Amino acid sequence: MISFTLNDKPVSLDADPQMPLLWAIRDMLGLTGTKFGCGIAQCGACTVHMDGQPIRSCVMPLSAAADKKITTIEGISEDNSHPIQKAWVEHNVPQCGYCQSGQIMSAVALLESNKSPSDKAIDDYMQGNICRCGTYPRIKAAIKSAAGNFDLAKNVGGDA
Amino acid sequence: MSSSNQHLENVSRRRFLKTAGIVSGGLILGTTLPSVAPLWADESSSNELNLFVSIRVDGQVDIICHRSEMGQGIRTGIPQVIAEELCADWDRVNVVQGLADEAYGSQNTDGSRSIRRNYQRMREMGAAARTMLEQAAAKEWGVKPSQVYAENNFVKLRGSTRQLGFGELVKSAMTMTPPTTETLTFKSPKDFKLIGKPITSVDIHKVVGGTTEFGQDVRLPDMLYASIERTPVVGGTVESFDEKAAASVNGVVKVFNMPARPLPALFNPKAGVAVIASNTWAALQGRKQLNVKWNTGNNGAHNSEAYLDDLTSKITTKGKVIRKSGDAYLMAGRAAEKVSATYTMPYLVHAPMEPPAATAVFKDGKCEVWACTQTPQSAQQNVAGALEIDKENVTVHVTLLGGAFGRKSKPDYVVEAALLARETGKPVKVVWSREDDIQHGYYHAVSAQHFEAGLNSDNRVQSWIQRTAFPSISWTFDTRVDEPQGGELSLGFGDMPFDVGALSMESHKAPGHIRIGWIRSVSNIHHGFALGSFVDEIAVKAGKKPHAMWLELLANDRFVDPATEGFEYGNYGDPKEVFPIDTKRLKNVLNIVVEKSGADKSTAPNEAWGISVHRSFVSYVAVATKVSVVDGKVSILEMHSAIDAGTVVNPDRVRAQQEGSMIFGLSIALLGEISVKDGAVEQSNFHDYQVLRMPQTPKIETYIVESDAPPGGVGEPGVPPVAASVANAIYHASGQRIRDLPISKHLRVS
Ligand code: FES
Ligand code: FES
Repeated sequence: MISFTLNDKPVSLDADPQMPLLWAIRDMLGLTGTKFGCGIAQCGACTVHMDGQPIRSCVMPLSAAADKKITTIEGISEDNSHPIQKAWVEHNVPQCGYCQSGQIMSAVALLESNKSPSDKAIDDYMQGNICRCGTYPRIKAAIKSAAGNFDLAKNVGGDA
Repeated sequence: MSSSNQHLENVSRRRFLKTAGIVSGGLILGTTLPSVAPLWADESSSNELNLFVSIRVDGQVDIICHRSEMGQGIRTGIPQVIAEELCADWDRVNVVQGLADEAYGSQNTDGSRSIRRNYQRMREMGAAARTMLEQAAAKEWGVKPSQVYAENNFVKLRGSTRQLGFGELVKSAMTMTPPTTETLTFKSPKDFKLIGKPITSVDIHKVVGGTTEFGQDVRLPDMLYASIERTPVVGGTVESFDEKAAASVNGVVKVFNMPARPLPALFNPKAGVAVIASNTWAALQGRKQLNVKWNTGNNGAHNSEAYLDDLTSKITTKGKVIRKSGDAYLMAGRAAEKVSATYTMPYLVHAPMEPPAATAVFKDGKCEVWACTQTPQSAQQNVAGALEIDKENVTVHVTLLGGAFGRKSKPDYVVEAALLARETGKPVKVVWSREDDIQHGYYHAVSAQHFEAGLNSDNRVQSWIQRTAFPSISWTFDTRVDEPQGGELSLGFGDMPFDVGALSMESHKAPGHIRIGWIRSVSNIHHGFALGSFVDEIAVKAGKKPHAMWLELLANDRFVDPATEGFEYGNYGDPKEVFPIDTKRLKNVLNIVVEKSGADKSTAPNEAWGISVHRSFVSYVAVATKVSVVDGKVSILEMHSAIDAGTVVNPDRVRAQQEGSMIFGLSIALLGEISVKDGAVEQSNFHDYQVLRMPQTPKIETYIVESDAPPGGVGEPGVPPVAASVANAIYHASGQRIRDLPISKHLRVS
């Protein structure tokens, strides 16, 4: 039995400890927002956060998740209110949408580690996330406007 | 989780309209017969006005989208058009995905034709429903229909404050006789509130919350998961496999030898062995134990490198003439200067972000499938054929498609799911891996082309020879086909629009050995690359600026009709009277990109612009690309594109398609290559079939020509000019002319 926290709820699974976390989340726990794109850590579609760090769940064995805090796209906000999600809507970023869970999870982690990333920093951080539809220019623009909103929130909060 | 809701919303539980009247002009309208009353979650509240429009008593407007959403925005675009003429409140519109149903007309979502072919029809659907609501209100108030008008989900009485909501009117409206097409009135474009507006995609909130349902995401109670090891060679069959080893893997439920079908490949599943398990991972693990031995058959000798060498050598000889004017060979002999060049491109694969997937249930002689398919009707037909049941007994639900680009027009994976559902008696989801996607695709054809132009002493083109050779898509459907077909030669080859004096256009034989399919813009990909590069080569030889060279070749404003020179041009299935090849529109988009980008201005050393323009899917796109080439490394700095697609329904989605097309085109030009050895594809995943990533993506600008011409295609026309614009820019930056794609074979790409 492997136990961990998924989107702030405790879960336990009786499954092959070698099973990648991706399949445990999708097939066994029924959360399909995390996508399968390559299975070999090449595309980023399966990105989730483990204790706040972005990981590729397609190559992370379930055993490594034991006692960790896992956050998926379904867990970053209750109502799409995360600044990144809002910026994604504002820029009408998605085309097919399939890569976007992974893009959003990477972008959230980026802004958590770097409040106002440069173009180069965005390129470097996001290069592991493929979008075959070609939404990169909008992803970049959305990250920048979300970064702006992060700052704004901070200023409004009074600690600027 | 998300699936149950989505299934309830799906039209499967209901069916707008059941016959009751087909009136003139192909407009199908009618009311529900009691026996087929739709099973809505709240069925009594929903009322059909026609095949595409149903209104709930609370005023919610349900609109069917019968085309597949793969990122192009059609689930927003089609309802925008209907809601416009219906005068619906966009905030009250709910989009319902249509099942496979021939009542809708073609649902085959490819060929950049969803808006092109449905724009007028969807306006009619909206206008017809609006007319019925207006008639109901007029009846209620005892006035003439001309005294009422619809606005924002209400019908209002002229010169009065009286109004009735669509929801209040719908029951009565359903009793009105559907109007005929000729009596319908349409809004004037100046009054449009939705058409031409950048409406946000209807699915965006679900996408950013991760709650959409793609083909890979379908979940049914008691569902099993399947992964299939397929023959690496087309036409190959299973000789033996280790059933026991696979079956002994924890979680594996069944191992099944898929029925092998002889060539032609069609949309049949390839021969192979399926491992069915309680989860995807177990199926993948079981599959690793199969140790399948294959009979490879005739195509096991196919080697793409040798094959392309062969095409490249024969393309320099005269081929079968498909369009001709004067004696190009005679005129070439008299030329003061000659330019000639041979271009090649490798096989390509679609690699949509979501690998194919389908889920099926088979019960009591009926099959129900959920699939990310571009072509629900063909999926239905192929499933029915494979299961030997009537197609009325096959229900096809279309999920969202995580990209498609033509791959998901081929329903082989849907048939796989249906066969396995019948075999197990349980719901089965067939999950394709990325390796499956790359190795078992329907590939863009490998190609060679050769061009020769003769210039007179004034440096003007007086003779023109162009040749193309590539295995045909038709080989996939009939193995006797061994040369490009008219439909493919109509894609950027036989429709060459230049004024060049004597000309000879020729094709060469090229038999098929792997499944050939259509990928975003199809043969325009290689034809656009060669033609766009060759114009630039002539400009260099003639000492002219590329922009001036293009304008000179496009010559005076005119409609080009290839039929006058013996080529039966397909014109994307559209009439040439409505959609002529218009050189004025070609020149216009080119002038726009050159002016906006500054492509005719000088650049820093090692940097340069390249341009190209191409008409496809009856739309016109020009591209200007700026690159730098330093120490054998190319960087794409900037791209500008202009599109003239006639009337545009959603400019933001057109812009998005242009951005996506630039990036798709860059992947092809810079990186794309599938190679085949001993009949099998050598690449397997994104590490060896690379696609563009964010750091390689330049700044992209898009210009949309304002036009009230009938709508043209949008999803594909952006792709064809890209590769030529890049190769031309590289030449001007470095002096290196790249004629064999991908560019990564010649330069490092960053
Ligand atoms: S699916 Fe994990 S990186 Fe592609
Ligand atoms: S939006 Fe389709 S792959 Fe990114």
